[in-house]
Amino acid sequence: MSTTTSSDTELRPRSSAKPQLSDRAKSERKLGWKLAGPAFIVMLAVTAWPIIQAVYLSFFRYRLTDPDAREVVWLGNYQVILTDPIWWKAFFVTLLITVITVVVELVIGFFIAMMMHRVVIPRRTLRTIVLIPYSIITVVSAYAWLYSFRTDTGFINGWLNILTFGLVPDNFDWFGGFWPSIVAICLSEIWKTTPFMSLLLLAGLAQIDGAMEEAAKVDGATFWQRLFRVVLPNMKAAIMVAVLFRTLDAFRIFDNVFVMTGGANDTTTLSLLAYNATINRVEIGMGSAISVLLFLCVFAIALIFMKGFNVDLAGSKK
Amino acid sequence: MELNPKQKWSLFAVSIPVMLWTLIPLFWIFSLAVKPSSIQADGKYFPREFTWDNFTLILTGGASDLFLPALLNSIIVCLVATVISVVLATFCAYAIARLDFPGKKMILLVALGVSFFPVISLVTPLFDTWRAIGLFDTIPGLIIPYLALTLPLAIWVLSAFFQQIPWEMEQAAQVDGATSWQAFRKVIVPLAAPGVFTTGIITFFTAWNDFVFAISLTSENARTVPAALAFFTGASQFEQPIGAISAAAVIVTIPVVILVLIFQKRIVAGLTSGAVKG
Repeated sequence: MSTTTSSDTELRPRSSAKPQLSDRAKSERKLGWKLAGPAFIVMLAVTAWPIIQAVYLSFFRYRLTDPDAREVVWLGNYQVILTDPIWWKAFFVTLLITVITVVVELVIGFFIAMMMHRVVIPRRTLRTIVLIPYSIITVVSAYAWLYSFRTDTGFINGWLNILTFGLVPDNFDWFGGFWPSIVAICLSEIWKTTPFMSLLLLAGLAQIDGAMEEAAKVDGATFWQRLFRVVLPNMKAAIMVAVLFRTLDAFRIFDNVFVMTGGANDTTTLSLLAYNATINRVEIGMGSAISVLLFLCVFAIALIFMKGFNVDLAGSKK
Repeated sequence: MELNPKQKWSLFAVSIPVMLWTLIPLFWIFSLAVKPSSIQADGKYFPREFTWDNFTLILTGGASDLFLPALLNSIIVCLVATVISVVLATFCAYAIARLDFPGKKMILLVALGVSFFPVISLVTPLFDTWRAIGLFDTIPGLIIPYLALTLPLAIWVLSAFFQQIPWEMEQAAQVDGATSWQAFRKVIVPLAAPGVFTTGIITFFTAWNDFVFAISLTSENARTVPAALAFFTGASQFEQPIGAISAAAVIVTIPVVILVLIFQKRIVAGLTSGAVKG
């Protein structure tokens, strides 16, 4: 914007010449902040203030059942957490769930997006049906999957038993061990959030110039060549944004785990760890420290993505 | 790209498994809701017998004093949070799309940052403060944190919508003799209204889906549906009343699915323009 050359003499009312602002521009600035200010202030008040409060509280040994014993321990809580295997277990479980769900969703989501892009016959129906899981409460989807996997009420064991000709016993306890529980949790998360991924990818697909693909086809490129040489490179930005959004979202996973295992079989995620510290054990100081650490993790992921993969989120907006 | 009939139908064939994958868990929860408790654990996907008992149980029967207040709380909290967010975001997005002022980009970046926020990180400080000032387990005590979920989303989606509005048309109308109020009302409002409405729906979904705040910041008075579902108990504390939970799940899902069916196109436009182009 600021690199307009001097030869560019056409009238550009919006290009802000720094030194003298016209009265009109000044009043526009004022009006801009008057209109945008309230939303901005409310947004900061409901997030920045609690996080500052969390940082402050994290320096205390502070338990609600014993409020008088509140004392400053500085970084003591952090030291306790970071040397505790429970934190690291939860950290790796969260990371594991994030990686599995994002990778699977990217593949399935891309497949669905390609299909939605092309399908003509039940087009509207398909797009509507694919969107439904997005609108369903996560807790509801977690229950639907919990009850389908459970040995008493579930139908999945019965179906698997038939499909594998009896190889899978029809009383397999999905919530009896770590890996089966992870599979169940990931499946319900994937079911619920793939629609969002495919919508973002569909938008990316729609922005590709169809003529390019057509030209590649005329030149004799196979389907896979077109996919990897033309389609994917041209929607890199959309893929990056979709992966970033989903990664940050998956890293905060809570509802599914709470409903399906409640953290049993070592499936406690970081969010659940923070919840347990605050709500179940009312250890406000410890809970705050976990909250701050979780916040830092999410912040780090966002930074890695933006720097490492060169996602320019604000720049794409003119 | 032109497709021949054979390609069309093969695409139709691959779309069937995708639709089934989406619908199977949904029908399953419905199936559980209409199974009588005697066959609840038979593991059959389709119910062999059919009953409305579970629905009457939560709507008029023994569990209604758990479910109905939660439903009412959910509706109030989500509606109020949506209205506040959409009103504030409309002003904000209008300013961002229409006016030139420093800090525009920063507002959008902050909104983005806030929407990445791990909500559980807000729970501990809010839990402590809300208990101290008496907002714990109250409706306003939920509405305020819900703004953290809904406001950034509303700002992003709306500013993407507003940037597509041809604002020059307002001036054109004024040139043609309309007063500025008339020009705004007759030209801009009809163009902006669908975007505002869609943002409202998307915002409402987000609030309706919240579970973390609902279970952490309430105990019984202000509990919303998702939280109430997780704490439904049967005859004993450790027994889950599967039929009642499923029936409640069906009731809270149906209106949302109807909304999606009606406004499918607009919701897709809102989500993708907010996320990708924005």
